[in-house]
Amino acid sequence: MKFVDEYRDPAAARVAIAEITALGGDDHLKFMEVCGGHTHTIYKHGIENVLPESIELVHGPGCPVCVIPMGRVDDGIAIAETPGVIFTSFGDMMRVPGSNGNLLEAKARGADVRMVYSPLDALRIARDNPDRQVVFFAIGFETTAPSTAVTLLKAREAGIMNFSVFGNHVLIVPPLRAILDSPDLRLNGFIGPGHVSTVIGNRPYRFVPAEYGLPLVTAGFEPLDILQAIVMLLRQLREGRCEVENQYARAVRDEGNLKALAILREVFEVRPHFEWRGLGFISQSALKLTEAFAPWDAELRFSVPGVRVADPKACQCGEVLKGVIKPWDCKVFGTACTPETPIGTCMVSSEGACAAYYNYGRFTKTTAARIPVRSA
Amino acid sequence: MPRLGPPVSDGAEGPEDDKPDDDAFQGEPSGPSREDVVLDRIEAFRRRRPRLLEEAVNSAHGAGGKASAALIDAVFLEAFRNDTLAPMADGALLPLPSGERLAFSTDSFVVKPLRFPGGSIGHLAVHGTVNDVAMMGAVPQWISAAFVLEEGFPIAELREIVADMAEAASAAGVQIVTGDTKVVNKGAADGVYITTAGVGLIPAGVELGADKVRPGDKVIVSGRIGDHGVAVMLARGELGISADVESDTAALAELVQVLLAAAPSTRWLRDPTRGGVATVCNELAKSSELHVSLDEAALPVQNAVNGACEILGIDALYVANEGKFVAVVPADEADAAVAALRAHPLGEKAAVIGEIREEPPGIVIINTVFGGTRIVDMLVGDPLPRIC
Repeated sequence: MKFVDEYRDPAAARVAIAEITALGGDDHLKFMEVCGGHTHTIYKHGIENVLPESIELVHGPGCPVCVIPMGRVDDGIAIAETPGVIFTSFGDMMRVPGSNGNLLEAKARGADVRMVYSPLDALRIARDNPDRQVVFFAIGFETTAPSTAVTLLKAREAGIMNFSVFGNHVLIVPPLRAILDSPDLRLNGFIGPGHVSTVIGNRPYRFVPAEYGLPLVTAGFEPLDILQAIVMLLRQLREGRCEVENQYARAVRDEGNLKALAILREVFEVRPHFEWRGLGFISQSALKLTEAFAPWDAELRFSVPGVRVADPKACQCGEVLKGVIKPWDCKVFGTACTPETPIGTCMVSSEGACAAYYNYGRFTKTTAARIPVRSA
Repeated sequence: MPRLGPPVSDGAEGPEDDKPDDDAFQGEPSGPSREDVVLDRIEAFRRRRPRLLEEAVNSAHGAGGKASAALIDAVFLEAFRNDTLAPMADGALLPLPSGERLAFSTDSFVVKPLRFPGGSIGHLAVHGTVNDVAMMGAVPQWISAAFVLEEGFPIAELREIVADMAEAASAAGVQIVTGDTKVVNKGAADGVYITTAGVGLIPAGVELGADKVRPGDKVIVSGRIGDHGVAVMLARGELGISADVESDTAALAELVQVLLAAAPSTRWLRDPTRGGVATVCNELAKSSELHVSLDEAALPVQNAVNGACEILGIDALYVANEGKFVAVVPADEADAAVAALRAHPLGEKAAVIGEIREEPPGIVIINTVFGGTRIVDMLVGDPLPRIC
């Protein structure tokens, strides 16, 4: 099984689409996908234009890059510009704008900013450069938090003291609640996040059907996964069920990854509140290092401005992130805010709804009628 | 229950807001929707010259995509403006008093690491310029080579690189006829930087250009894409991935002549180096003001490259190639072209990957294996892998 080919099989897609069309009928249904990876898959494979018109996919705030507020980016840049620091970061964060440019620009000005694919790479850099301070810009939901945690455990075990973590891990459930509490939203169900669920399992989502009466199906990242999740959501609606289901059974267990969760509890604790770009302050929504790991906490080791920077007035990322408006509804989408000159983070990350739409999707609406889609 | 902060935006105007009044679209039964207006605005915006906003050079400017285009346009074109430079093809076309046409091109090589599976900076330095000249339809004959050497760079290594250049030049049928050497302080040149320039005569009757491209023409790629970029990335050893991928660096002059013999009405050629096939197709769409429609199922990519790209979240369409070209040929010559290429060792995996259409102009769209479509846009910065 090569995985890539089987899960992109057009014949299987046709079967799924036929079932979606039959189950969906004429009702206009809106499903929200919360995970940035899902947004990316949907656009990369052009899933929206194989679905019937009556099914609408709404993109929610599942992009952990998108929700980092400008003030935190500024803090990261301040650390990066501290003499002697090697500042390591995932690629996506490098172009996120702070109030005075991004990490890539700081690098151009002389800061030693390096892209890494894993926090373990950052630890290795620390080991190889004992006379420098190496900082890892930790972002991501519960998906990536365990690898940061493992890295800290290894750092402690090996006694590597010139390494620290600038922690910005966030939790998935609080923004889900924030969306569900938003009065502007009319949804019929959720395509639940994939990778975060491999860590936390499916049980944390039970409040969605229980308190809000909406079904949620955890989905994988291949296009067939998304289609199958939609089939499962539609079946629930038609059969009058409302529950959490797992389409991504090959990677997600209901109870999650117990070992990863244990490691998380050892290394992290929940911050009282954290600011989310576009969503404001949400309590109990992010992680910080526990007391035991204070020696590796960059926020304690370095002095950072810690200034709360308001989003530019024109930025409507918050509404896009909540799925209330579409990218093109934003007043600065496509003019002042483009992938080259992003104002908000929805445009910076390739998983952000605005970037995905700008780069991949903007054609389909206007000319779908003129250009024949490959016959399904 | 988590508390939300105050709403972020009060709907204030952005700096370049020239949109019509929103209220005009409330409850309008006919006329353009808000989305159509925005899409039109984006298309108009794309046709404008790329804007350079940065005050300092950054790594995105070297990636071959939008930032590179903006820098070249705003700084170099602005200053050097002339008719010969204007077409911005792989090389310049110089009309000689004799009536013959000379193709002239230059390229710099700063690859890191200097040596990688499949070749070295020496191979790239020769092949890169040979290929740019070949993309003009010319037969490359003479090359210059200028070296910027870092103090402390081992001469033994330099000899190896230069030996690679000699080997590549000989195999490509070109001579390195002039050069220069400079030495800079330690830390200033990553070992060695090489700049080559090359010239060759364009045979009579060969007329290539974006203006020759017509709707209905086919888009051909001469072989598998993504090999070079992936090979170099893996060779840096920063990723925990190893794969059996080698750079495809090769001289294409002979393969181009094979193509032109089989498809004499070939319209346009370009080698997809930095920025990949996606970038050259976008350049084509923009300069021809036609539409390039690609077929994902037809893209030749080797499994190992596909796998590496999947893991890293990079699209093979944007990855550099150093031994491939993209050609546009009339539909009735496409089969002959592909057959001729496949008969040559460098073109074994040549394939038709798309076609030219009238609409929608100026953009590239790919039909996905899955049955959907998506826009293949110009690269914005360096291809950055996704995090989750």
